[in-house]
Amino acid sequence: MDGTAPGGPALNGAESTTPPAPAASSGMPAMHGLAGLLLLADSRLPAGGHAHSGGAEEACRTGAISGPEDLARFLRGRLATAGRVAAALAWSACAAAHAPKFPDIDPDIESPTDSAPTADAGAAWRLLDAEADARIASPAQRLASRTQGRLLIRTARRIWPAPVLTGLARALPDGAHHPIALGAAAHAAGCTPEQAAMAAAYTSVTGAATAAVRLLGLDPVTVHHVLAGLPYDSVIAEQHDWSALPAHAAPALDLLAEQHLRTEVRLFVS
Amino acid sequence: MSANHDDHHDAPDGHGRALRLGIGGPVGSGKTALTAALCRSLGPSLRLGVVTNDIYTTEDADFLRRAGVIDPDRIMAVQTGCCPHTAIRDDIAANIDAVETLEERFGPLDLVIVESGGDNLTATFSRGLADRQIFVLDVSGGDKVPRKGGPGVTSADLLVVNKTDLAPMVGADLTVMSRDAAAVRDGKPVLFTSIREDRGAHSVAEWVAGVVGSWQHEHGTPHSHSYLA
Amino acid sequence: MKKALVRARAVLRTGLDDRGLTRIETMRSDPPLTLRQTAPGEIHLVSTGAGPLGGDHFRLDVEVAEGTSLTVRSIASTLVLPGAGRSLMEIHVSVASGAALVFSPEPTVLAAGCDHAMTTTVDLADDAELFWREEIVFGRHGEQPGRCHSRFDATVGGRPLLRQEFVVGDPAIDGSPAVFGTARCVGSTLIAAPRSHGTSPAETGVAEPKSEPREAEVAEGVAVLPLAGPGTLVSALAGDAVELRRRLSWGEGRVLP
Repeated sequence: MDGTAPGGPALNGAESTTPPAPAASSGMPAMHGLAGLLLLADSRLPAGGHAHSGGAEEACRTGAISGPEDLARFLRGRLATAGRVAAALAWSACAAAHAPKFPDIDPDIESPTDSAPTADAGAAWRLLDAEADARIASPAQRLASRTQGRLLIRTARRIWPAPVLTGLARALPDGAHHPIALGAAAHAAGCTPEQAAMAAAYTSVTGAATAAVRLLGLDPVTVHHVLAGLPYDSVIAEQHDWSALPAHAAPALDLLAEQHLRTEVRLFVS
Repeated sequence: MSANHDDHHDAPDGHGRALRLGIGGPVGSGKTALTAALCRSLGPSLRLGVVTNDIYTTEDADFLRRAGVIDPDRIMAVQTGCCPHTAIRDDIAANIDAVETLEERFGPLDLVIVESGGDNLTATFSRGLADRQIFVLDVSGGDKVPRKGGPGVTSADLLVVNKTDLAPMVGADLTVMSRDAAAVRDGKPVLFTSIREDRGAHSVAEWVAGVVGSWQHEHGTPHSHSYLA
Repeated sequence: MKKALVRARAVLRTGLDDRGLTRIETMRSDPPLTLRQTAPGEIHLVSTGAGPLGGDHFRLDVEVAEGTSLTVRSIASTLVLPGAGRSLMEIHVSVASGAALVFSPEPTVLAAGCDHAMTTTVDLADDAELFWREEIVFGRHGEQPGRCHSRFDATVGGRPLLRQEFVVGDPAIDGSPAVFGTARCVGSTLIAAPRSHGTSPAETGVAEPKSEPREAEVAEGVAVLPLAGPGTLVSALAGDAVELRRRLSWGEGRVLP
């Protein structure tokens, strides 16, 4: 990991929201980070994701999803909106975690002796988290995202112990938004920002797909065929300016998330 | 407030924290009634917290809150996305979060009961979540259930066979159940109860109190935030 | 026949007069983007030509000075038409300390074949107030819409409050039960006000929120969403523009007296 990031102003907690440049992935061996990516994207990762349907439970209840065709449209739209935003946040978090302002991450970089950089890192995490907040209008979705982020950090700290995860947990004790936790965990797992973004894009639809299989008894092979055909690459892009990150809204997901909380009988957290 | 505080997870040996007791078993066997009975019996002497894993919304948590056997704030509900066994075995993250949130908020606690959502005979608690576990069967499932075994029946620290009052009505032979359970459980205890009649479920409460006692003897009495040290 | 591309720029600035009331300090506009003062502190956008058409670039800059209040409306809905390339509507707004802005133009209607971009930035001072309504209608009656990509960025004291993009006419998104479902229009109203209420400017066009809604509210096709920052978003989907306005108005009424 070359840790080329110069440390953007954002990491000093200054007014600009420009993050450091991501570490170049081109110089890495092709296989680098793949095992981490597989583990992070696996639905068996014990980080609480199995209990979230990403709006699919409510969509099934209201009839908005009733079969594989509706589900495919739901997932496409989810990927193009929430998935795109999550991918961009995960990319940014993973890239930020490469930065020298986060001490003890890169052995090639001398560890700062004072604690100021840690404070800077905390401010940077909170800033990125605020950018996520501004992109999630629904309180129900913010809560679900933070809960999953908190659980993921807890899990990731035991699987891939790294100061960057400790720093993130300290900076945001109630939990970072899930894509940010995922990006930081991806860094700890040796992934590139691009791989972090892929994990975020992929997990933005798999939970909803699995929920629909369980709730509607859909053929799991049909659903996996749908998952295999989704354009994950199309929502992944290199990110530099946090304020300019994609912000694609999905008003129907907002409505579903809020209705879900008010539904008397529900099986999933979100 | 949440439980993402430093390094709880680095104390897997359980030093100075509450005993985590899992209560599992099939749907309708009496897990929630047993949880309520334990709260009633042990509440006066132990500092308690309860985590429920509900199938639907928060119904078990709501039942316990209405039962008035414990401060309603000390009950947390975890939703399990159609898969109650996943939440107690394969992916315990939400349950651990709930347990630690209770300890953070109300700690030190002596005992946190984690009640699983009703599931099948193969469901057991991960050792990462429960230090000890009780598996609750009821006689109406048939007296062959203990013989059939399954991880819940064979490995639970305590097997509770509930609703013994129904045995004559469903044609269940308690002697057969007792003998079969002993055979597959390698000497681990089995208790027969009718929690509906004995609201305190005294025999089970005594067993739990004993387990909490030896836990504290081994790991120290929980005191404020000692698990952070 | 190829139409000449139109570049139009409008600038609007408020100031305080001797008596401490809002006056329009600067009001410049180029046709077809025309501004008209209709009341003290109230401006209407008047379209004096068709469009925008593909290739047109319109830009509106609004500065609401400290302690002033401004209302911007429009006479009619904006019909976005196809043409030579992409049309762009760019709006940049700043609302200074103690100032208030109401921005509620009529809907933007995306005619078949259009290719439109909308970019809005709103920079609010910590104690500025804002009511910002935006409605997008997917095509005229019975018509498939063209393409549209809108982006809205609001900050308070430099911190992000709301950032949202809408994409219409993308096959991946159109008809998705996760995004617009079967709706034919989407709208949102951002209501931002300082968390702790001091005395608001007497003439302010923005009513003081009766209380910051602690909980989100949801009804058929509309949700009232308290943001993480100091503001609330009313978000609605509907089958037609009348229903959309009705839903937004309901939600706005939950936030404002």
